[in-house]
Amino acid sequence: MAEAMGFYTDTTVCIGCKACEVACKSWNQLPAREGGQPELSGMSYDNTVRLSGTTWRHVKFIEQFDAPYDGRWLMMSDVCKHCVQAACLEVCPTGAIIRTEFDSVVIQSDVCNGCRACIGACPFGVIDINPVSATAQKCTLCYDRLGVGLEPACSKACPTDSIQFGPISELRTRAETRVGQLQAAGEKRAYLYGADPDGALGGLNSFYLLVDEPEVYGLPRDPKLPSRNVAKSSLFSGLGAALMGIVGLVSLRKRRMDERSESDEGSRPTTTPPA
Amino acid sequence: MSDTFFTEPPDWKWLIIFYFFVGGIAGGSLFLASILQLFGRPSDRPVIRLAFKVALVGAIISGILLTVDLGKPLRFFHMLIESETGRPTLKLWSPMSVGAWGLLFFSLFAFLGWLGARHEEGKLKWSPAALFTRGPLAAVNAVLGGIMGFFLAGYTGVLLSVTNRPIWADSNWLGALFLFSSASTAAAFLILLITRRGVTASASLEWLSRVDKSALILELLTLIVFLVSLGAVARVFIGWWGLVLVLGVLIAGILAPLAIGAGKVARVTDRLGTMAMLVLFGGFMLRVVVILASEQIHVASDQVMRS
Repeated sequence: MAEAMGFYTDTTVCIGCKACEVACKSWNQLPAREGGQPELSGMSYDNTVRLSGTTWRHVKFIEQFDAPYDGRWLMMSDVCKHCVQAACLEVCPTGAIIRTEFDSVVIQSDVCNGCRACIGACPFGVIDINPVSATAQKCTLCYDRLGVGLEPACSKACPTDSIQFGPISELRTRAETRVGQLQAAGEKRAYLYGADPDGALGGLNSFYLLVDEPEVYGLPRDPKLPSRNVAKSSLFSGLGAALMGIVGLVSLRKRRMDERSESDEGSRPTTTPPA
Repeated sequence: MSDTFFTEPPDWKWLIIFYFFVGGIAGGSLFLASILQLFGRPSDRPVIRLAFKVALVGAIISGILLTVDLGKPLRFFHMLIESETGRPTLKLWSPMSVGAWGLLFFSLFAFLGWLGARHEEGKLKWSPAALFTRGPLAAVNAVLGGIMGFFLAGYTGVLLSVTNRPIWADSNWLGALFLFSSASTAAAFLILLITRRGVTASASLEWLSRVDKSALILELLTLIVFLVSLGAVARVFIGWWGLVLVLGVLIAGILAPLAIGAGKVARVTDRLGTMAMLVLFGGFMLRVVVILASEQIHVASDQVMRS
């Protein structure tokens, strides 16, 4: 396998220009929503709102305003995390989801049958159905571009280098240096989310530099694999099945005993014995 | 806040709810038929035949519902066969993969049981079918069919638990809950068919009613354990879905049938019919609540971000 490739996203330099979103849509020929009609979210300056089957990159606007002119605006370009231990790949029953030679996770649209198991399994809410193909879709880490030595469209388009692409080991070193730089400058909250290969899901091949709790960015604190529940759930179901089987057999035995006692009563002499 | 609140729903709605309900009845019917086939007596034969028919029809409906629900229904076979190599595909850690094979084998055993039933009724003259009426092959079919019946009844709950969705992945008790509910709804459905069709099977009816009541009690206990195991996530049920859970599942679907069935059941077929209908309603509502209460929850970031 070639070296693991991925994204390091430094949210502190994201300016919310959405160039990455546009580049992603453009390169991957993803359809517009509502036939291209302007659509406003009505609750945010962000009108894309979320990742979907037709939006594989989404710049989140985290708008924390208690009062006018008093607040904070965080921005984060969100995408598939290409988890080292991927929940979607784990549950996919068709084998449509594969791990590539770049350690990225790709859905093969011609194999996917749209069962949607991966959507509920993804701990980050990344995957969705593309209404055009009727299959599950998400970021491919521009697999086609990587194959010919190009970097993904989003990182290529990012004007501030908030999204950086490269070998994961190199990106980690770069990200750690940046965290040190921010902390030295007084931003003590800076930390890396998903960069630890010994952490959740074996590390994320798309990791982030954040300056607040993960939940603030809409990220789970401790993402887990769905298979964590297989053994216990199956065990409890198995015990339930055994219990139900016993109930069935005990009920049959009870029926037999009831009938026997009824027939015993029926065969008993009804006349009163002479005094 | 549970990490499950940062995920998106898979849009499993009414087709899946109906599948869980119908598949549960089919699974429950096959294991009830198997128990009677193995340990019952000749007077149970009409109910055994009926249960095999219900299992087969349920399996067919289940297959149709699941296929129609796919985004690409014509690729349904990708669940079983690798499209590139043509080899069988099975992931033991993916309940959907195991479930696809489970439903296939369930259908096979239900079909063989149905063949035996048709032959016994004189509606099928094909003599090998007699092998599945009585004898060692029928017993083997009953054992394997019973196991697959239990599987189909419970795996749907396991499938929900093996996700990252709120409610579903926050408890390990959904499989057991659905299994007991499948047992109670299957028994109720058979009771309903027997009483409506006037099948002479009072002893079998009494057994089914007894099994139904026991399954309801186990379902009630598991429902309580399930809600407790959710911990803080159970707050999702404060509101509309909680009301449906209490009124539709707990009161109408479990407590009322238990109260109605408390009398001498063998002589009160009307009462049994009412009880059965309530159990079926409760079993359906259980699946509605469990699935839709989670489906309505979208990624929490919107709320968090604006808090």
